[in-house]
Amino acid sequence: MILHPSHDPAVWVAALLTLCIFSFLYRDNPFYRFAEHLFVGVSAGYYIVLNFWTVLVTNLWDPLAGAFDGRHGAPFAARLGDYRGFLLLPALLGLLLFSRFVGRIAWLARWSLAVIIGVYAGLKTTGFAQGDFVAQVHGSIQPLWTGHWGTSLSAWVFTVGLVCSLLFFYFSREHKGALGAASRLGVFFLMISFGAGYGYTVMSRISLLIGRFQFLLYDWLGFR
Amino acid sequence: MSLASSFERLDRRWIFAITGVLVLLPLLWPLNLPLEPSPPVRAYHAAIAALPPGSRVLVSADFDPASRPELEPMARTTLRQLFEKDCKVVVVVLYQGGARFVDEIVQDVARERRRRDGVDYVNLGYKAGDEAVMVLMGQSIPNTFPRDHRGREVGTLPVMSGVQNYSSFALLVSISTGYPGTKEYVQQVQGRFHIPIIAGVTAVTAPTLYPYLQTGQLLGMLGGMAGAAEYEDLRYERGMASRGMDAQSLAHLFIALCIVLGNLAQWERRRKGTP
Repeated sequence: MILHPSHDPAVWVAALLTLCIFSFLYRDNPFYRFAEHLFVGVSAGYYIVLNFWTVLVTNLWDPLAGAFDGRHGAPFAARLGDYRGFLLLPALLGLLLFSRFVGRIAWLARWSLAVIIGVYAGLKTTGFAQGDFVAQVHGSIQPLWTGHWGTSLSAWVFTVGLVCSLLFFYFSREHKGALGAASRLGVFFLMISFGAGYGYTVMSRISLLIGRFQFLLYDWLGFR
Repeated sequence: MSLASSFERLDRRWIFAITGVLVLLPLLWPLNLPLEPSPPVRAYHAAIAALPPGSRVLVSADFDPASRPELEPMARTTLRQLFEKDCKVVVVVLYQGGARFVDEIVQDVARERRRRDGVDYVNLGYKAGDEAVMVLMGQSIPNTFPRDHRGREVGTLPVMSGVQNYSSFALLVSISTGYPGTKEYVQQVQGRFHIPIIAGVTAVTAPTLYPYLQTGQLLGMLGGMAGAAEYEDLRYERGMASRGMDAQSLAHLFIALCIVLGNLAQWERRRKGTP
Protein backbone atom coordinates (compact mmCIF):
# COMPACT_ATOMS: atom_id res chain seq x y z
CA MET A 1 0.00 0.00 0.00
CA ILE A 2 1.61 3.29 -1.12
CA LEU A 3 0.27 6.64 0.05
CA HIS A 4 0.79 9.94 -1.75
CA PRO A 5 -1.05 12.59 0.32
CA SER A 6 -2.43 15.49 -1.69
CA HIS A 7 -0.50 18.78 -1.82
CA ASP A 8 -3.68 20.72 -2.60
CA PRO A 9 -4.84 22.78 0.46
CA ALA A 10 -8.46 22.66 -0.83
CA VAL A 11 -8.40 18.86 -0.72
CA TRP A 12 -7.09 18.97 2.86
CA VAL A 13 -9.86 21.39 3.92
CA ALA A 14 -12.49 19.16 2.29
CA ALA A 15 -11.02 16.03 3.91
CA LEU A 16 -10.87 17.53 7.40
CA LEU A 17 -14.43 18.85 7.10
CA THR A 18 -15.57 15.39 5.98
CA LEU A 19 -13.96 13.87 9.09
CA CYS A 20 -15.64 16.57 11.24
CA ILE A 21 -19.04 15.55 9.83
CA PHE A 22 -18.28 11.81 10.28
CA SER A 23 -17.44 12.48 13.95
CA PHE A 24 -21.19 12.93 14.59
CA LEU A 25 -21.59 9.17 14.20
CA TYR A 26 -19.79 8.83 17.53
CA ARG A 27 -21.61 11.67 19.29
CA ASP A 28 -22.45 15.36 18.89
CA ASN A 29 -19.31 17.45 19.28
CA PRO A 30 -17.87 20.95 18.54
CA PHE A 31 -16.04 19.77 15.37
CA TYR A 32 -19.30 18.52 13.87
CA ARG A 33 -21.16 21.70 14.83
CA PHE A 34 -18.40 23.86 13.34
CA ALA A 35 -18.55 21.97 10.02
CA GLU A 36 -22.34 22.04 10.02
CA HIS A 37 -22.56 25.81 10.60
CA LEU A 38 -19.84 26.45 8.05
CA PHE A 39 -21.71 24.38 5.48
CA VAL A 40 -25.01 26.18 6.08
CA GLY A 41 -23.39 29.62 5.87
CA VAL A 42 -21.28 28.88 2.81
CA SER A 43 -24.24 27.23 1.02
CA ALA A 44 -26.50 30.23 1.66
CA GLY A 45 -23.88 32.64 0.34
CA TYR A 46 -23.01 30.43 -2.61
CA TYR A 47 -26.62 30.06 -3.75
CA ILE A 48 -27.33 33.79 -3.41
CA VAL A 49 -24.36 34.58 -5.67
CA LEU A 50 -25.27 31.69 -8.00
CA ASN A 51 -28.85 32.92 -8.31
CA PHE A 52 -27.69 36.44 -9.08
CA TRP A 53 -25.30 35.39 -11.86
CA THR A 54 -27.19 32.43 -13.35
CA VAL A 55 -30.78 33.65 -13.02
CA LEU A 56 -30.99 37.43 -12.74
CA VAL A 57 -28.05 38.37 -14.96
CA THR A 58 -28.36 35.72 -17.68
CA ASN A 59 -32.15 35.50 -17.84
CA LEU A 60 -33.09 39.12 -17.25
CA TRP A 61 -30.35 41.72 -17.25
CA ASP A 62 -28.32 40.53 -20.27
CA PRO A 63 -31.33 40.00 -22.60
CA LEU A 64 -32.86 43.34 -21.55
CA ALA A 65 -29.58 45.18 -21.99
CA GLY A 66 -29.20 43.56 -25.43
CA ALA A 67 -32.72 44.54 -26.42
CA PHE A 68 -32.36 48.19 -25.43
CA ASP A 69 -28.78 48.89 -26.58
CA GLY A 70 -30.07 49.87 -30.04
CA ARG A 71 -27.77 47.52 -31.97
CA HIS A 72 -30.51 45.00 -32.81
CA GLY A 73 -33.25 47.45 -33.81
CA ALA A 74 -36.39 48.10 -31.83
CA PRO A 75 -36.40 46.44 -28.41
CA PHE A 76 -39.70 44.67 -29.06
CA ALA A 77 -38.93 43.58 -32.64
CA ALA A 78 -40.07 40.04 -33.35
CA ARG A 79 -36.78 39.27 -35.12
CA LEU A 80 -35.03 39.40 -31.76
CA GLY A 81 -36.38 35.87 -31.55
CA ASP A 82 -37.13 35.57 -27.88
CA TYR A 83 -38.84 38.98 -27.57
CA ARG A 84 -36.38 40.13 -24.98
CA GLY A 85 -37.94 43.58 -24.59
CA PHE A 86 -41.01 41.88 -23.22
CA LEU A 87 -38.92 40.61 -20.33
CA LEU A 88 -39.89 43.91 -18.67
CA LEU A 89 -43.19 42.23 -17.84
CA PRO A 90 -41.72 39.27 -15.87
CA ALA A 91 -39.26 41.72 -14.27
CA LEU A 92 -42.22 43.75 -13.02
CA LEU A 93 -43.98 40.59 -11.79
CA GLY A 94 -40.79 39.58 -9.99
CA LEU A 95 -40.60 42.97 -8.26
CA LEU A 96 -44.24 42.70 -7.23
CA LEU A 97 -43.34 39.61 -5.17
CA PHE A 98 -41.44 41.93 -2.82
CA SER A 99 -44.62 43.94 -2.15
CA ARG A 100 -45.40 41.36 0.55
CA PHE A 101 -42.99 43.27 2.76
CA VAL A 102 -45.21 46.38 2.59
CA GLY A 103 -48.51 45.74 4.34
CA ARG A 104 -50.71 48.15 2.36
CA ILE A 105 -49.76 46.83 -1.06
CA ALA A 106 -49.02 43.22 -0.10
CA TRP A 107 -51.94 42.05 -2.27
CA LEU A 108 -49.97 42.97 -5.40
CA ALA A 109 -47.79 39.85 -4.88
CA ARG A 110 -50.85 37.75 -5.69
CA TRP A 111 -50.60 38.78 -9.34
CA SER A 112 -47.13 37.29 -9.61
CA LEU A 113 -48.12 34.18 -7.69
CA ALA A 114 -51.17 33.77 -9.92
CA VAL A 115 -48.94 33.70 -13.01
CA ILE A 116 -46.47 31.25 -11.42
CA ILE A 117 -49.22 28.91 -10.21
CA GLY A 118 -51.16 29.18 -13.47
CA VAL A 119 -48.18 28.39 -15.68
CA TYR A 120 -46.97 25.47 -13.57
CA ALA A 121 -50.47 24.05 -13.05
CA GLY A 122 -50.94 24.09 -16.83
CA LEU A 123 -47.55 22.50 -17.50
CA LYS A 124 -48.04 19.84 -14.83
CA THR A 125 -51.57 18.96 -15.92
CA THR A 126 -50.71 18.48 -19.58
CA GLY A 127 -47.45 16.72 -18.72
CA PHE A 128 -49.15 14.32 -16.33
CA ALA A 129 -51.99 13.64 -18.76
CA GLN A 130 -49.58 12.83 -21.61
CA GLY A 131 -46.68 11.22 -19.80
CA ASP A 132 -48.39 9.41 -16.97
CA PHE A 133 -52.12 8.96 -17.33
CA VAL A 134 -52.68 8.05 -20.99
CA ALA A 135 -49.33 6.32 -21.54
CA GLN A 136 -49.49 4.31 -18.32
CA VAL A 137 -53.09 3.18 -18.84
CA HIS A 138 -52.16 2.19 -22.39
CA GLY A 139 -49.09 0.32 -21.14
CA SER A 140 -51.14 -1.51 -18.49
CA ILE A 141 -53.36 -3.20 -21.06
CA GLN A 142 -51.41 -6.35 -21.86
CA PRO A 143 -52.24 -9.66 -23.54
CA LEU A 144 -52.38 -12.38 -20.86
CA TRP A 145 -51.18 -15.08 -23.25
CA THR A 146 -48.14 -14.09 -25.28
CA GLY A 147 -47.20 -17.51 -26.64
CA HIS A 148 -44.41 -17.93 -24.07
CA TRP A 149 -44.96 -19.25 -20.54
CA GLY A 150 -42.45 -16.88 -18.92
CA THR A 151 -43.76 -13.62 -20.37
CA SER A 152 -47.37 -14.79 -19.97
CA LEU A 153 -46.77 -15.46 -16.26
CA SER A 154 -45.18 -12.02 -15.97
CA ALA A 155 -48.26 -10.44 -17.60
CA TRP A 156 -50.57 -12.30 -15.18
CA VAL A 157 -48.54 -11.23 -12.13
CA PHE A 158 -48.56 -7.64 -13.43
CA THR A 159 -52.32 -7.62 -14.06
CA VAL A 160 -53.26 -9.28 -10.75
CA GLY A 161 -50.88 -6.95 -8.87
CA LEU A 162 -52.29 -3.88 -10.61
CA VAL A 163 -55.95 -4.79 -9.99
CA CYS A 164 -55.40 -5.85 -6.35
CA SER A 165 -53.33 -2.75 -5.53
CA LEU A 166 -56.04 -0.53 -7.02
CA LEU A 167 -58.72 -2.38 -5.02
CA PHE A 168 -56.77 -1.69 -1.82
CA PHE A 169 -57.42 2.02 -2.43
CA TYR A 170 -61.16 1.51 -3.05
CA PHE A 171 -62.77 2.78 0.14
CA SER A 172 -66.45 2.99 -0.85
CA ARG A 173 -67.15 -0.54 0.44
CA GLU A 174 -65.95 -2.40 3.49
CA HIS A 175 -62.98 -4.66 2.71
CA LYS A 176 -64.71 -8.00 3.36
CA GLY A 177 -65.18 -11.16 1.31
CA ALA A 178 -63.69 -11.15 -2.19
CA LEU A 179 -62.85 -7.44 -1.98
CA GLY A 180 -61.07 -8.02 1.34
CA ALA A 181 -59.04 -10.92 -0.06
CA ALA A 182 -58.08 -8.93 -3.15
CA SER A 183 -57.08 -5.86 -1.15
CA ARG A 184 -54.99 -8.03 1.23
CA LEU A 185 -53.21 -9.46 -1.80
CA GLY A 186 -52.76 -5.87 -3.02
CA VAL A 187 -51.00 -5.06 0.27
CA PHE A 188 -48.42 -7.80 -0.47
CA PHE A 189 -47.68 -6.26 -3.87
CA LEU A 190 -47.39 -2.81 -2.29
CA MET A 191 -45.04 -4.17 0.39
CA ILE A 192 -42.81 -5.69 -2.29
CA SER A 193 -42.64 -2.33 -4.08
CA PHE A 194 -41.85 -0.53 -0.79
CA GLY A 195 -39.11 -3.09 -0.14
CA ALA A 196 -37.60 -2.49 -3.57
CA GLY A 197 -37.77 1.26 -2.94
CA TYR A 198 -36.06 0.81 0.44
CA GLY A 199 -33.32 -1.31 -1.12
CA TYR A 200 -32.64 1.35 -3.74
CA THR A 201 -32.59 4.05 -1.03
CA VAL A 202 -30.01 2.06 0.95
CA MET A 203 -27.91 1.74 -2.21
CA SER A 204 -28.09 5.51 -2.74
CA ARG A 205 -27.00 6.31 0.82
CA ILE A 206 -24.20 3.73 0.81
CA SER A 207 -23.05 5.21 -2.52
CA LEU A 208 -22.64 8.59 -0.82
CA LEU A 209 -20.54 6.95 1.91
CA ILE A 210 -18.45 5.15 -0.71
CA GLY A 211 -17.98 8.45 -2.56
CA ARG A 212 -16.64 10.12 0.58
CA PHE A 213 -14.35 7.17 1.36
CA GLN A 214 -13.06 7.19 -2.22
CA PHE A 215 -12.33 10.90 -1.86
CA LEU A 216 -10.47 10.35 1.43
CA LEU A 217 -8.52 7.35 0.15
CA TYR A 218 -7.74 8.34 -3.42
CA ASP A 219 -7.86 12.16 -3.57
CA TRP A 220 -6.64 13.01 -0.06
CA LEU A 221 -4.33 10.18 0.96
CA GLY A 222 -3.38 9.28 -2.61
CA PHE A 223 -3.83 5.56 -2.03
CA ARG A 224 -2.67 3.53 -5.01
CA MET B 1 -29.71 -12.90 27.50
CA SER B 2 -32.29 -13.25 24.72
CA LEU B 3 -31.75 -12.08 21.14
CA ALA B 4 -34.35 -9.33 21.56
CA SER B 5 -32.82 -7.83 24.70
CA SER B 6 -29.27 -8.08 23.36
CA PHE B 7 -30.40 -6.21 20.24
CA GLU B 8 -32.09 -3.54 22.31
CA ARG B 9 -28.93 -2.97 24.32
CA LEU B 10 -26.62 -2.90 21.28
CA ASP B 11 -25.01 0.52 20.87
CA ARG B 12 -25.94 1.61 17.34
CA ARG B 13 -22.42 2.96 16.88
CA TRP B 14 -21.33 -0.67 16.44
CA ILE B 15 -23.55 -0.81 13.35
CA PHE B 16 -21.97 2.41 12.01
CA ALA B 17 -18.48 1.07 12.71
CA ILE B 18 -19.09 -2.30 11.03
CA THR B 19 -20.68 -0.59 8.00
CA GLY B 20 -17.67 1.73 7.77
CA VAL B 21 -15.20 -1.16 7.91
CA LEU B 22 -17.18 -3.17 5.34
CA VAL B 23 -17.12 -0.18 2.98
CA LEU B 24 -13.46 0.69 3.60
CA LEU B 25 -11.83 -2.73 3.26
CA PRO B 26 -12.97 -3.55 -0.31
CA LEU B 27 -11.84 -0.10 -1.43
CA LEU B 28 -8.36 -0.92 -0.13
CA TRP B 29 -8.34 -4.57 -1.20
CA PRO B 30 -10.90 -5.15 -4.02
CA LEU B 31 -12.74 -8.48 -4.09
CA ASN B 32 -13.69 -8.14 -7.78
CA LEU B 33 -17.14 -9.63 -7.28
CA PRO B 34 -18.82 -10.45 -10.61
CA LEU B 35 -21.32 -8.06 -12.22
CA GLU B 36 -24.14 -9.06 -14.54
CA PRO B 37 -25.56 -6.15 -16.59
CA SER B 38 -29.35 -5.98 -16.21
CA PRO B 39 -31.78 -5.55 -19.17
CA PRO B 40 -32.35 -1.78 -18.56
CA VAL B 41 -28.58 -1.21 -18.57
CA ARG B 42 -28.11 -3.30 -21.72
CA ALA B 43 -30.93 -1.30 -23.36
CA TYR B 44 -29.23 1.99 -22.38
CA HIS B 45 -25.96 0.84 -23.93
CA ALA B 46 -27.74 -0.52 -27.01
CA ALA B 47 -29.66 2.74 -27.59
CA ILE B 48 -26.38 4.63 -27.99
CA ALA B 49 -24.70 1.79 -29.90
CA ALA B 50 -27.57 1.83 -32.42
CA LEU B 51 -27.07 5.52 -33.29
CA PRO B 52 -25.65 6.18 -36.76
CA PRO B 53 -22.13 7.66 -36.51
CA GLY B 54 -22.20 11.44 -36.37
CA SER B 55 -25.69 11.64 -34.85
CA ARG B 56 -26.54 14.69 -32.81
CA VAL B 57 -27.35 13.87 -29.17
CA LEU B 58 -28.75 16.09 -26.42
CA VAL B 59 -27.38 15.34 -22.95
CA SER B 60 -29.25 16.91 -20.06
CA ALA B 61 -26.93 16.62 -17.05
CA ASP B 62 -29.13 17.67 -14.15
CA PHE B 63 -27.09 16.96 -11.06
CA ASP B 64 -24.66 18.60 -8.66
CA PRO B 65 -21.70 17.36 -6.59
CA ALA B 66 -24.08 15.83 -3.99
CA SER B 67 -24.85 13.00 -6.45
CA ARG B 68 -21.29 12.62 -7.65
CA PRO B 69 -20.62 8.98 -6.64
CA GLU B 70 -23.64 7.73 -8.58
CA LEU B 71 -23.98 10.07 -11.54
CA GLU B 72 -20.44 11.16 -12.42
CA PRO B 73 -19.41 7.63 -13.56
CA MET B 74 -22.58 7.44 -15.70
CA ALA B 75 -21.91 10.84 -17.28
CA ARG B 76 -18.28 10.02 -18.03
CA THR B 77 -18.99 6.60 -19.55
CA THR B 78 -21.92 7.96 -21.58
CA LEU B 79 -19.82 10.79 -23.01
CA ARG B 80 -17.05 8.32 -23.88
CA GLN B 81 -19.46 6.07 -25.76
CA LEU B 82 -21.02 9.05 -27.57
CA PHE B 83 -17.64 10.45 -28.59
CA GLU B 84 -16.53 7.02 -29.81
CA LYS B 85 -19.60 7.00 -32.08
CA ASP B 86 -18.49 10.44 -33.40
CA CYS B 87 -21.73 11.91 -32.07
CA LYS B 88 -22.16 15.67 -31.87
CA VAL B 89 -22.97 16.25 -28.22
CA VAL B 90 -24.97 19.21 -26.89
CA VAL B 91 -25.05 19.41 -23.09
CA VAL B 92 -27.58 21.39 -21.07
CA VAL B 93 -27.96 21.72 -17.30
CA LEU B 94 -31.29 22.40 -15.57
CA TYR B 95 -30.06 21.78 -12.02
CA GLN B 96 -28.71 24.82 -10.25
CA GLY B 97 -25.31 24.28 -8.76
CA GLY B 98 -24.37 21.68 -11.34
CA ALA B 99 -23.23 23.80 -14.29
CA ARG B 100 -19.57 24.16 -13.35
CA PHE B 101 -19.27 20.62 -12.05
CA VAL B 102 -20.82 19.18 -15.22
CA ASP B 103 -18.56 21.38 -17.35
CA GLU B 104 -15.47 19.94 -15.65
CA ILE B 105 -16.66 16.40 -16.49
CA VAL B 106 -17.46 17.30 -20.11
CA GLN B 107 -14.14 19.07 -20.67
CA ASP B 108 -12.21 16.25 -19.02
CA VAL B 109 -13.76 13.50 -21.18
CA ALA B 110 -13.50 15.68 -24.31
CA ARG B 111 -9.77 16.22 -23.68
CA GLU B 112 -9.32 12.49 -23.11
CA ARG B 113 -11.10 11.69 -26.43
CA ARG B 114 -9.58 14.69 -28.28
CA ARG B 115 -12.89 16.37 -29.17
CA ARG B 116 -13.08 20.06 -30.07
CA ASP B 117 -15.22 22.44 -28.02
CA GLY B 118 -17.83 24.12 -30.23
CA VAL B 119 -17.21 21.71 -33.12
CA ASP B 120 -17.75 18.21 -31.71
CA TYR B 121 -19.53 19.21 -28.51
CA VAL B 122 -20.81 22.21 -26.59
CA ASN B 123 -21.97 22.81 -23.05
CA LEU B 124 -24.85 25.29 -23.14
CA GLY B 125 -24.75 25.60 -19.36
CA TYR B 126 -27.50 26.18 -16.82
CA LYS B 127 -30.89 27.70 -17.46
CA ALA B 128 -33.40 28.43 -14.69
CA GLY B 129 -37.04 27.52 -15.23
CA ASP B 130 -37.24 23.74 -14.81
CA GLU B 131 -40.09 22.31 -16.91
CA ALA B 132 -40.73 25.63 -18.64
CA VAL B 133 -37.21 25.39 -20.11
CA MET B 134 -37.91 21.83 -21.31
CA VAL B 135 -41.02 23.00 -23.15
CA LEU B 136 -39.24 26.09 -24.48
CA MET B 137 -36.47 23.92 -25.96
CA GLY B 138 -39.17 22.19 -27.97
CA GLN B 139 -39.83 25.51 -29.69
CA SER B 140 -36.28 26.75 -30.14
CA ILE B 141 -33.06 25.70 -28.46
CA PRO B 142 -31.02 28.70 -29.74
CA ASN B 143 -33.62 31.05 -28.26
CA THR B 144 -33.68 29.16 -24.95
CA PHE B 145 -29.87 29.12 -24.75
CA PRO B 146 -28.68 32.18 -26.73
CA ARG B 147 -25.15 31.71 -25.32
CA ASP B 148 -23.20 28.67 -24.21
CA HIS B 149 -21.53 28.09 -20.82
CA ARG B 150 -18.52 30.20 -21.91
CA GLY B 151 -20.66 33.10 -23.14
CA ARG B 152 -20.25 32.40 -26.89
CA GLU B 153 -23.25 33.03 -29.13
CA VAL B 154 -24.59 29.60 -30.05
CA GLY B 155 -25.30 30.67 -33.65
CA THR B 156 -21.55 30.97 -34.24
CA LEU B 157 -20.74 27.41 -33.13
CA PRO B 158 -20.42 24.71 -35.85
CA VAL B 159 -21.85 22.02 -33.54
CA MET B 160 -25.07 24.05 -33.24
CA SER B 161 -25.43 24.56 -36.98
CA GLY B 162 -28.94 23.52 -38.00
CA VAL B 163 -30.10 22.91 -34.43
CA GLN B 164 -33.69 24.06 -34.01
CA ASN B 165 -35.43 22.03 -31.33
CA TYR B 166 -35.74 18.41 -30.15
CA SER B 167 -36.33 17.24 -33.72
CA SER B 168 -32.67 18.09 -34.43
CA PHE B 169 -31.54 15.31 -32.11
CA ALA B 170 -31.49 11.53 -32.52
CA LEU B 171 -31.50 10.85 -28.78
CA LEU B 172 -31.97 12.59 -25.44
CA VAL B 173 -29.83 11.36 -22.55
CA SER B 174 -31.16 12.51 -19.19
CA ILE B 175 -28.72 12.08 -16.30
CA SER B 176 -30.56 13.43 -13.30
CA THR B 177 -30.68 13.45 -9.53
CA GLY B 178 -34.28 14.58 -8.93
CA TYR B 179 -36.37 17.58 -9.89
CA PRO B 180 -36.18 18.68 -12.66
CA GLY B 181 -35.02 15.49 -14.25
CA THR B 182 -35.98 12.36 -16.14
CA LYS B 183 -39.59 12.22 -14.90
CA GLU B 184 -40.20 15.76 -16.14
CA TYR B 185 -38.53 15.00 -19.49
CA VAL B 186 -40.87 12.04 -19.95
CA GLN B 187 -43.91 14.11 -19.00
CA GLN B 188 -43.09 17.29 -20.88
CA VAL B 189 -40.90 16.19 -23.78
CA GLN B 190 -41.28 12.51 -24.66
CA GLY B 191 -45.06 12.60 -24.98
CA ARG B 192 -45.13 15.95 -26.75
CA PHE B 193 -42.07 15.89 -29.01
CA HIS B 194 -41.58 12.10 -29.34
CA ILE B 195 -37.80 12.10 -28.92
CA PRO B 196 -36.29 8.77 -27.73
CA ILE B 197 -35.00 9.10 -24.15
CA ILE B 198 -32.54 7.07 -22.08
CA ALA B 199 -31.83 7.90 -18.45
CA GLY B 200 -29.16 7.61 -15.79
CA VAL B 201 -30.55 8.34 -12.33
CA THR B 202 -29.79 8.03 -8.63
CA ALA B 203 -30.92 4.83 -6.92
CA VAL B 204 -33.55 6.75 -4.93
CA THR B 205 -35.20 7.90 -8.15
CA ALA B 206 -34.91 4.62 -10.09
CA PRO B 207 -37.99 2.78 -8.69
CA THR B 208 -40.27 5.67 -9.72
CA LEU B 209 -39.06 5.39 -13.31
CA TYR B 210 -39.52 1.65 -13.91
CA PRO B 211 -43.13 2.18 -15.15
CA TYR B 212 -41.70 4.37 -17.94
CA LEU B 213 -39.34 1.56 -18.94
CA GLN B 214 -42.21 -0.91 -19.06
CA THR B 215 -44.23 1.35 -21.40
CA GLY B 216 -41.23 2.14 -23.62
CA GLN B 217 -41.27 5.84 -22.72
CA LEU B 218 -37.69 5.28 -21.59
CA LEU B 219 -35.57 3.08 -23.84
CA GLY B 220 -33.02 2.22 -21.16
CA MET B 221 -31.98 3.18 -17.66
CA LEU B 222 -29.00 3.16 -15.32
CA GLY B 223 -30.14 3.05 -11.69
CA GLY B 224 -27.66 4.22 -9.07
CA MET B 225 -24.09 3.05 -8.59
CA ALA B 226 -25.02 -0.52 -9.57
CA GLY B 227 -26.37 0.69 -12.93
CA ALA B 228 -23.25 2.80 -13.48
CA ALA B 229 -20.99 -0.17 -12.64
CA GLU B 230 -22.90 -2.52 -14.95
CA TYR B 231 -22.62 0.06 -17.75
CA GLU B 232 -18.86 0.34 -17.15
CA ASP B 233 -18.67 -3.45 -17.26
CA LEU B 234 -20.46 -3.52 -20.62
CA ARG B 235 -17.95 -0.97 -21.92
CA TYR B 236 -14.97 -2.91 -20.48
CA GLU B 237 -14.10 0.07 -18.28
CA ARG B 238 -13.18 -0.08 -14.61
CA GLY B 239 -14.22 3.30 -13.28
CA MET B 240 -15.23 4.68 -9.91
CA ALA B 241 -18.60 2.88 -9.90
CA SER B 242 -17.06 -0.56 -10.52
CA ARG B 243 -14.47 0.08 -7.83
CA GLY B 244 -17.23 0.94 -5.36
CA MET B 245 -19.46 -2.08 -6.02
CA ASP B 246 -17.60 -4.54 -3.75
CA ALA B 247 -18.14 -2.14 -0.85
CA GLN B 248 -21.75 -1.68 -1.93
CA SER B 249 -22.38 -5.43 -1.94
CA LEU B 250 -20.83 -6.05 1.49
CA ALA B 251 -22.71 -3.12 3.06
CA HIS B 252 -26.00 -4.42 1.58
CA LEU B 253 -25.37 -7.91 2.96
CA PHE B 254 -24.72 -6.46 6.40
CA ILE B 255 -27.86 -4.29 6.30
CA ALA B 256 -29.94 -7.26 5.12
CA LEU B 257 -28.52 -9.28 8.05
CA CYS B 258 -29.45 -6.48 10.48
CA ILE B 259 -33.02 -6.46 9.08
CA VAL B 260 -33.34 -10.24 9.50
CA LEU B 261 -31.93 -10.15 13.06
CA GLY B 262 -34.15 -7.17 13.94
CA ASN B 263 -37.23 -9.04 12.71
CA LEU B 264 -36.23 -12.19 14.61
CA ALA B 265 -35.83 -10.11 17.78
CA GLN B 266 -39.24 -8.53 17.24
CA TRP B 267 -40.78 -11.97 16.64
CA GLU B 268 -39.20 -13.22 19.88
CA ARG B 269 -40.63 -10.27 21.83
CA ARG B 270 -44.11 -10.94 20.47
CA ARG B 271 -43.80 -14.65 21.28
CA LYS B 272 -42.95 -13.81 24.88
CA GLY B 273 -45.80 -11.33 25.02
CA THR B 274 -43.57 -8.32 25.71
CA PRO B 275 -45.01 -5.11 24.21
